[in-house]
Amino acid sequence: MGKIANEVLIQKLGDKFPGQVTELNQDYGLLSVETGREQISDVLAYLKNDPELKFIFLTDITAIHYPELEKQIGVIYHLHSLTTNTRIRVKVFLTADDVHIPTATTLWDGANWMERETYDFYGVVFEGHPDLRRILNVDDMTVFPMRKEFPLEDPNRIDKKDYFFGR
Amino acid sequence: MHNHPVYTDNDPQTEYSTLNLGPTHPATHGVFQNVLQMDGERIVSGVSTIGYIHRAFEKIAEHRPFYQITPLTDRLNYCSSPINNMGWHMTAEKLLGITTPKRVDYMRVIIMELARITDHIVCNSILGVDTGALTGFTYMMQYRESVYEIYEEICGSRLTTNIGRIGGFERNFNKIAFDKIRNFLKIYRVGLKEFESLFNRNRIFVDRTRGVAEVTAETALSYSWTGPILRATGVDYDVRAMEPYSSYEDFDFEVPVGDNGDVYARFLVRNEEMWQSMRIIEQALAKLEKEPSDIFHADVPAFYLPPKEEVYNNMEALIYHFKIVMGEVETPTAEVYHAVEGANGELGFYLVNDGGRSPYRLHFRRPSFINYQMYAPMSQGMLLSDAIINMSSLNVIAGELDA
Repeated sequence: MGKIANEVLIQKLGDKFPGQVTELNQDYGLLSVETGREQISDVLAYLKNDPELKFIFLTDITAIHYPELEKQIGVIYHLHSLTTNTRIRVKVFLTADDVHIPTATTLWDGANWMERETYDFYGVVFEGHPDLRRILNVDDMTVFPMRKEFPLEDPNRIDKKDYFFGR
Repeated sequence: MHNHPVYTDNDPQTEYSTLNLGPTHPATHGVFQNVLQMDGERIVSGVSTIGYIHRAFEKIAEHRPFYQITPLTDRLNYCSSPINNMGWHMTAEKLLGITTPKRVDYMRVIIMELARITDHIVCNSILGVDTGALTGFTYMMQYRESVYEIYEEICGSRLTTNIGRIGGFERNFNKIAFDKIRNFLKIYRVGLKEFESLFNRNRIFVDRTRGVAEVTAETALSYSWTGPILRATGVDYDVRAMEPYSSYEDFDFEVPVGDNGDVYARFLVRNEEMWQSMRIIEQALAKLEKEPSDIFHADVPAFYLPPKEEVYNNMEALIYHFKIVMGEVETPTAEVYHAVEGANGELGFYLVNDGGRSPYRLHFRRPSFINYQMYAPMSQGMLLSDAIINMSSLNVIAGELDA
């Protein structure tokens, strides 16, 4: 079986979840779609179980933080259909005061540590996760360090500020 | 210290004993802690604790221009740094729309396959050590040394190589490098054959590894396993074949698979991959002869660091040098996922770029991290001595596990 065209994927997702899955971009041929957290479990289950799509392989779960947006935290899933050699990226955006999303561990065992890592660094709470603890950072850490409000370097250091470079 | 498994075992009536395997145990090669509940020699349950050498590479990468991220990737899987370096450079090239000349692709293939061989040498020979056969290890290390000498000839360093540039290599391979590669192929053929005849049908080794930690293809896929351990379960997923990068489509090679995913099958898959790697390097050497011998990078002055002698004598080169080092080059606003077949699985780079001096977000899909999470569940009911060789054959590298 050959690669599934992005148009076919958009069509199928649009038919199954009308108005609930929107295309974000197709950068470098990889389709990115956005959905809401109410549908994310169904969307992932559909992508995994549909006999034509068969995105059975969970490549990765991670998150991203856009402090200037209303929905600040994005949770990003990379799925791979091994039989058709197609990849897809699914994103869900959440507001910073309610960072809850259903777990994907019901579909893939491998989602366990990926979600723990995402929780550890971005504070995304995966509901239904069997063991949602910090994984790489120390247990008594109180912040979620990959969020943009935590600077890496000494904030008093000014020689690397963007305005010195005309930005 | 809430949630910590070490301190939960306070029931005086329990029949099980708690064993802290690690964080620095001589039988686990790296910083791994597993708190095991033991019933005699048998493991009842286990909890893995990781993160002892977490260095926040993803956070650091958000504050570094592209070139300064390459040394970070060195320190992920430090047994095969060149694959990480090349993977990162190819991710940046994909983002920037740079096409590399065929000669660069073939040179990269040579380096990546050499790195794969060193990684498999370490894993397989140490598996021998853990089953009580030190001899293979002591002999195989000299071949790793030969590959490190090739790295030295090409980039000057051995372990954390920082090899290559965006667009190609920092310098051309010289004649000594080619001689060393050819010589390595000649001697390693003999060495690997010897290693295989020492282990493959060795009664003690086979008894010790056959049937240990069997994994079905379904379980392996559900746990998102990739690399030799997935192929040992019979799934022929290899990024080099599925989504060829760096002109892997020009090469003729096979993707070896195992049958039942046990420690022995993983051992055999890795051995066969080393043969295939040698086959690829030979083809690459032959292909290089047909390419113009002076091309070793793409013509992208805005991203490829100019040679030092030009920086000192040529204004254009000086400007580009500073722009590149300070991250002052125009980059597109886009997101890109690029995967390479690392020595222990699919090494993915998810890069979100906003046109700034450094990535907005860079996530490493680290195969060791994802492969290792099955370790504690699959150890249940296993003998402690089997769990040790199981960890050894998963080839989890602590640097990549903790990033």
